[in-house]
Amino acid sequence: MSELIIENVWKEYGDQIVLENISLTVASRAFVALVGPSGCGKSTFLRMLLGQEHATRGTILLEGEPLPAEPRPDRGVVFQRYSVFPHLTVLGNVLLGKELIASKYKAKLFGPARRSAIEEARQLIAEVGLSGAETKYPAQLSGGMQQRLALAQALIMKPKVLLLDEPFGALDPGTRAEIHTLMKRLWNETQMTVVMVTHDMREAFTLATRVVAFERPRDRPEEKERYGATITRDISIWPPRRAGEFSHFSPDRDGPVVLQGPRRDDPSSSPSGDR
Amino acid sequence: MRWINTKPTRGAQLALMLLPFVLLIAAYAAGSAARLAGNANDKLLPNFVGFADAINRLAFLPDVRTGDYLLWSDTAASLMRLFAGLGISTVTALLVGMAIGMLPYLRALLTPFVAVISMVPPLALLPILFIVMGLGEASKIALIVIGVAPTMIRDLALKALELPREQIVKAETLGGSSWQIALRVVLPQILPRLITCVRLQLGPAWLFLIAAEAISSDSGLGYRIFLVRRYLSMDVIFPYVAWITLLAVLTNFILDQIRIAVFPWSQLEKQG
Ligand SMILES: Nc1ncnc2c1ncn2[C@@H]1O[C@H](COP(=O)(O)OP(=O)(O)OP(=O)(O)O)[C@@H](O)[C@H]1O
Ligand SMILES: [Mg+2]
Repeated sequence: MSELIIENVWKEYGDQIVLENISLTVASRAFVALVGPSGCGKSTFLRMLLGQEHATRGTILLEGEPLPAEPRPDRGVVFQRYSVFPHLTVLGNVLLGKELIASKYKAKLFGPARRSAIEEARQLIAEVGLSGAETKYPAQLSGGMQQRLALAQALIMKPKVLLLDEPFGALDPGTRAEIHTLMKRLWNETQMTVVMVTHDMREAFTLATRVVAFERPRDRPEEKERYGATITRDISIWPPRRAGEFSHFSPDRDGPVVLQGPRRDDPSSSPSGDR
Repeated sequence: MRWINTKPTRGAQLALMLLPFVLLIAAYAAGSAARLAGNANDKLLPNFVGFADAINRLAFLPDVRTGDYLLWSDTAASLMRLFAGLGISTVTALLVGMAIGMLPYLRALLTPFVAVISMVPPLALLPILFIVMGLGEASKIALIVIGVAPTMIRDLALKALELPREQIVKAETLGGSSWQIALRVVLPQILPRLITCVRLQLGPAWLFLIAAEAISSDSGLGYRIFLVRRYLSMDVIFPYVAWITLLAVLTNFILDQIRIAVFPWSQLEKQG
């Protein structure tokens, strides 16, 4: 179970109130999409869930416990950029979490432990469709491949909560649709609760079980500083989507999609080969 | 076509690369010929025969007084001091720079201090070094360290700070401790920059070395240049200067090749 309870949370930077009295309960295994105008504090909210920032007032509970003040392996994250390590290969990037957890001082695995970790990493790499790219560096991957790598890297920790900050914002529509399919499958297969910030309404309604909108109720320039954003809409998708359950209402919409053949964002597999 | 869009071909590139060197040598040859035509004993601009003589004497014939092959013994003495100084600076800069870049407490403690220290003119400290450490090797190496380490520390601290916050946070969500993040995330990304940093400090390091050798030494490339200056031996000074330049250029090139070989991703980043 990984229920998130956010209670009367305020966030202020100096005099500026960014978030005002946010209360939200995110059910275990839910997929919440956060939408809202630029600058209304969506990333700030996500950073608070991550533990990178702290609420000025209010509490955030994960599984009934107050959230630890630091990022931890129980909460994975994918940012829009800089989510993967440029100095590690694809395999090295996915392996890193395993190595950090298992080896306290050297942060490296050797022998059989390393082999079994590699085995697990390879499976996950195949899962996100990056087989064959294990020895490449991020600079050699397209944007879509880098984001899939970032997903694999976060998922190897088996986080309770996965936080996504506009992870697919920079991708073209075709590539994005493919990653949506992957995202949906991963969400169905794992036990995690997902909170995703997005500017793409379509993306929000394709993936989420619930769409939450942040907005400043008063946005006149002279009032901007004094009033933060609050939740103005909270829409549950109907008919409901549930992780790991087949939908009888609209199998087409929520059912598992099998994807075969090369992916659009892999330059080495594109038919013209020059993308 | 706009000038900013016209590019030389490979051949033209090579020719353009060589042109300034050829021009410099030609200008020197012309100047030397003109002066020697006026006075065959002129010492100011010796011709290339004069250089060949001097090089032969210094590199391939033992010195009558000491029995050393002067060019090589000078080179060995200078390089030993240079690399000792650069080595100490590099290790210090790596440890202190990374710590300042990663730990807010150390940053608060050391950033202003290092900034002030890096503004102290090192040559002004040379007399103090000679008084405190004596005239031996230690004071010369110390001068190089004082001259280049503060800049390197600041450069590496900035570089560590520049790593996207997202990367550090990501490493934390992968379970990394401060030590592990330093070891697996920050250090490997700083090392290529460290090499570049050493390359940029080669010039200042040579400057401080030659200054120290000029003032007090009994061997070394800088010592020799300042020794023969009394006899106006341009035939020795010019080849020594060229040799020092060549050593610096080679070190610079080799360091960059090491970076590309050991950290291939850093080159990809540059191209990307
Ligand atoms: N560290 C900070 N210090 C001061 N103000 C900040 C800080 N971080 C964010 N803010 C302010 O908080 C507000 C919300 O920023 P945030 O990045 O959360 O918006 P966002 O909803 O994610 O916007 P976008 O959709 O453009 O990503 C902005 O007005 C920003 O100026
Ligand atoms: Mg944002």
